[in-house]
Amino acid sequence: MKYLDEFRDEELAQGILAQIRRVLSRPWVLMEICGGQTHAIKRYGIDQLLPPEIELVHGPGCPVCVTPLEQIDKALAIASRPDVTFTSYGDMLRVPGSGRNLFSVRATGGDVRVVYSPLDAVRIAQTQPGRQVVFFAIGFETTAPANAMAVARAKELGLDNFTVLVSHVRVPPAMRAILESPHNRVQGFLAAGHVCAVMGYWEYPAIAKQYDVPIVVTGFEPVDILRGILHAVRLLESGRADVENAYSRTVTPEGNRPAQALIEKVFMQTDRNWRGIGRIPMSGWSLRPAYADFDAELRFDVAAIAPQESPLCIAGQILQGHRKPLDCPAFGSECRPESPLGATMVSSEGACSAYYQYAGSAAAAGE
Amino acid sequence: MCLGVPGKIIAIYEEEGLKMGRIDFGGVVRESCLDFTPEAQVGDYALIHVGFAISLINEDEAAKTLAILREIVDLDDEIGGHPQEDTVP
Ligand code: SF4
Repeated sequence: MKYLDEFRDEELAQGILAQIRRVLSRPWVLMEICGGQTHAIKRYGIDQLLPPEIELVHGPGCPVCVTPLEQIDKALAIASRPDVTFTSYGDMLRVPGSGRNLFSVRATGGDVRVVYSPLDAVRIAQTQPGRQVVFFAIGFETTAPANAMAVARAKELGLDNFTVLVSHVRVPPAMRAILESPHNRVQGFLAAGHVCAVMGYWEYPAIAKQYDVPIVVTGFEPVDILRGILHAVRLLESGRADVENAYSRTVTPEGNRPAQALIEKVFMQTDRNWRGIGRIPMSGWSLRPAYADFDAELRFDVAAIAPQESPLCIAGQILQGHRKPLDCPAFGSECRPESPLGATMVSSEGACSAYYQYAGSAAAAGE
Repeated sequence: MCLGVPGKIIAIYEEEGLKMGRIDFGGVVRESCLDFTPEAQVGDYALIHVGFAISLINEDEAAKTLAILREIVDLDDEIGGHPQEDTVP
């Protein structure tokens, strides 16, 4: 398809790789923020093609991976109620809570349904006025406009049987948390292109300056990722902590204004727990008081939940770029996609699942 | 889930006050909400996330990027020199 094939062109990729080799004079550690980029990197073996001086560490940009365990447990509690139809993006169904997941709730009679778009959940609520329809509104800035729209629609339609369990997170506070860690190794960021398509990248120059790290807005095809790396290496080699846009066909500096306006109308900033990482101040969104009627946590009594994480899982360190999936003793043994211990083994954006799925390329890279 | 996929807008219509479209993802056609891209027109390429267009793909920028990248590669082949890519604002 147009604008896909061209950005997978082998010859272009090789040309950019040659450029990277040419400008490189010493080792650098880059973090790709988005789990979609991690998967592309493993799938196309980009980490093997790069000169060994460039190390890519994998970021927290996997919404399924960072949704905190207590929110998963709340989802399980709500979905188990006989009066509830629980709707969710498909990836969330296999994510382990404390002991079980949404699939097992469904297997024991719970009405759990996968929806493609949150508007589908609103439609279910319209057609089933006798049931409480709950949507699991998780994700980063990319899903926030859609989730905000679902809540705004429900209010417009006057639906009294639709609520959302919100677990929204934002990228910039996570970048700051990573850079402030005493174990931080990241010297430059490949920023998540689709997050920037929504939010723009006006928040990034302040981060780049404060922490002295270049940030390059980067896409998802092999040529896009290599181009992002080339820009980041150039900036690092010339000592410039600037922000550059290497994904200009999709991202503008100001982002999508109508989407930002609706997010702002429905959500407000709040502290959030990130699974495996911990609390990050003002790192997420929750519903504004004007939309409290659509808050599943207020409608259903789920406050007193004490979550239990698998003691083997090191996903938190992986999501901050301190360690890699192959450092985990459970990887591929106790923890596999069919029986995941941590969320990073589940999601199509999780680092552990990327390493497992593309195991051949990881082994060949000698990691 | 959060991966955006580019597709071509093949029809635009209104449904319950929302701007909606039919999007062709290389042969698979799905419905998406176009309310966040009010300027969208039939024939445009859009980036779709969870049933919503969050950005229109700028064809001029795509062509420009490819031209710049091809130039680097060609120069590289011909002279093995050190051509500079553009600096993007
Ligand atoms: S391999 Fe499994 S247990 Fe280990 S960090 Fe990844 S998800 Fe957690």
